[in-house]
Amino acid sequence: MTPPPALPRWADVGLIPLINVLAALVVSGIVVAVIGENPFEAMMVMIKGAFVYKGSLGYTLYYATNFIFTGLAVAVAFHAMLFNIGGEGQAYLGGLGAGLTCLMFDSMFPALILVPLAIMASASFGAVWGAIPGYLQAKRGSHIVITTIMFNFLAASIMVWLLAGRLKAPGQMSPETRSFSANAELPFIHDIVNAFGVEMARSPLNLSFVVALLACVGVWVLIWRSRLGYAIRATGHSTGAAEYAGIPVSTIIIITMAISGGLAGMMAINEILGVQHRTILGFTSGYGFTGIAVALMGRNHPIGIILASLLFGALYQGGAELDFEFSTITREMVLLIQGLIILFSGGLAFMFNRPLAHLLGLLLAARSAKGGQNG
Amino acid sequence: MADLWLQFLLTIDATLRVGTPLILCAMAGIFSEKSGVIDISLEGKMLMSAFAAAAVAALTSSALAGLTVAIGVSVLLGLLHGLASITLRGNQVISGLAINILASGLTVTIGIAMFQQGGQTPNLARAERFRPIELPLAEQLSSLPLIGPIYREVISGHNILVWVALAAVLFTAYILTRTRFGLRLRAVGEKPEALDSAGVSVARTRYMALIIAGVLCGMAGAYLSTAHGSGFVREMTAGKGYIALAAMIFGKWQPRGALLACLLFGFLEAVASRLQGVNVPLIGEAPVDLILALPYLLTVILLAGFVGKAMPPRAIGEPYVKER
Repeated sequence: MTPPPALPRWADVGLIPLINVLAALVVSGIVVAVIGENPFEAMMVMIKGAFVYKGSLGYTLYYATNFIFTGLAVAVAFHAMLFNIGGEGQAYLGGLGAGLTCLMFDSMFPALILVPLAIMASASFGAVWGAIPGYLQAKRGSHIVITTIMFNFLAASIMVWLLAGRLKAPGQMSPETRSFSANAELPFIHDIVNAFGVEMARSPLNLSFVVALLACVGVWVLIWRSRLGYAIRATGHSTGAAEYAGIPVSTIIIITMAISGGLAGMMAINEILGVQHRTILGFTSGYGFTGIAVALMGRNHPIGIILASLLFGALYQGGAELDFEFSTITREMVLLIQGLIILFSGGLAFMFNRPLAHLLGLLLAARSAKGGQNG
Repeated sequence: MADLWLQFLLTIDATLRVGTPLILCAMAGIFSEKSGVIDISLEGKMLMSAFAAAAVAALTSSALAGLTVAIGVSVLLGLLHGLASITLRGNQVISGLAINILASGLTVTIGIAMFQQGGQTPNLARAERFRPIELPLAEQLSSLPLIGPIYREVISGHNILVWVALAAVLFTAYILTRTRFGLRLRAVGEKPEALDSAGVSVARTRYMALIIAGVLCGMAGAYLSTAHGSGFVREMTAGKGYIALAAMIFGKWQPRGALLACLLFGFLEAVASRLQGVNVPLIGEAPVDLILALPYLLTVILLAGFVGKAMPPRAIGEPYVKER
């Protein structure tokens, strides 16, 4: 087989992700049909659940906030050709950082100091949990994929141990910290909007969404407009060439993984500071893995990641609606769609390239032939 | 003292039972990875086949039918992994991950549709499962000092799949080191171009490796739901596929090393479950969560080269592009 043919950029960036999602939806639709339900009905339920019902858009954006953070985390690492599948663990530890900060200082500092401090803590805990596998890859030659997998499990063990032990609120059974005081909370968007006299339904959407959008801008500046970003991309394109150009590749790998882990860690601010207001067991719920699908679909670009996060936010929120409307299909359907999207846009990435390039080639040839006649 | 000895023997017995799916999956991992294909989809293959085995056993009342379908399902997933990572030269880690997520979603979705029990399969009756095999004279010999209890508690009373897992280690070692196919398989993971120039198909060898890995993972899944357990529970593999992956790395991609690592990790799990809620002198309540995290920690330390050196096959993770 010859290497996959090159597609025009607009097709690669715009068309291929659409085809991938479509393929994933078609296969999931077939599964729904086999189960004996109507796939189009299920689709309608999901769309209504994600956008139409009161407050549903807020929920969709709230889920999207998580995915923007974890998607950016995967994307930044991808630019250095590092595959960080440790977003789950990094986000989990980010929750520890935010939680510890709030537990220690929430009776001491006002919100204007406490919240930024907690955000920084979540980012730095995540950054450390990303930088260690980065160090092990750069200096000790361990494979980053394996190390980050192991670090996911290690993070889970640490959190279970702490939340069921030292950090557990006294006199309580469930493994979680005490609730933080009100000055540790990121305000809900509906509260802000209502304060301006505009009606908005309640939803868990909070200021983290704005932080997530700022992070997108930050990542764009970092990757395409900064010296460090250039070094990161150079390392990703060719380690040898980067080394030859005097870029300290090992350091870049460690820094990239720290940034990636920090972004994943910041997912915790949406869940912990924004919604739960305490650190709870398993709040990451697989969002770190969803970040991989988001980065793949979003082509590692912040704008793509925002769009892909919206899609996945809608899938998660709409998927929750499936539980109410059907007895046979549940939100696990969304995991299926997610797995298929990862498969089509990652593992089977080149499946649609060849036929599409062929088709486009034919179309262009036909058009130029026609143009030739006319001219 | 006698009681402590019995406790120890029971823990060793539990080690074998907990270690069996790890051993099968680790051998599966050796086949894929020695051929140059990263296989983090052990978890997903095991989960899907655990479901398939329990579902088919519940419908047909035959554990063997369940095992057969489980193997089939697992091999199919292996072929999907192959299609993505060998034929289409996609990213092997991503396609493995996709299979794992797919398995999480599919098992629950199909499970609810088939049995309406929230993703579980019905509880399997004794006849629908692989039953323990009492070896001859286990009771009669148990009065013998030393050997008697070992024979009765540790060696006797395992189901067939435990023995299959141990046989799989010998099988893997034999195939890899004593057969022409094994030589090719190792070569394809180290220097595929050498094999290609000798006129052997790289793709076909890798597909063969993935099929064998699928068979082994299928047995591991069937073991979980129809031998060790009595039915499928959602997410029942609970990271065992990743522990097996860690064990394979810990064993430096060698059958014997991987076996020992699986037994070590199985032992840690067996100890942890025995220590649940027990107060240990000097420490207080046993830190069960931390004991369970040891396999991951040990693997990280080993991979980092702090204890020995674990060298993966050289061409691992790289799709082979034929030179012209």
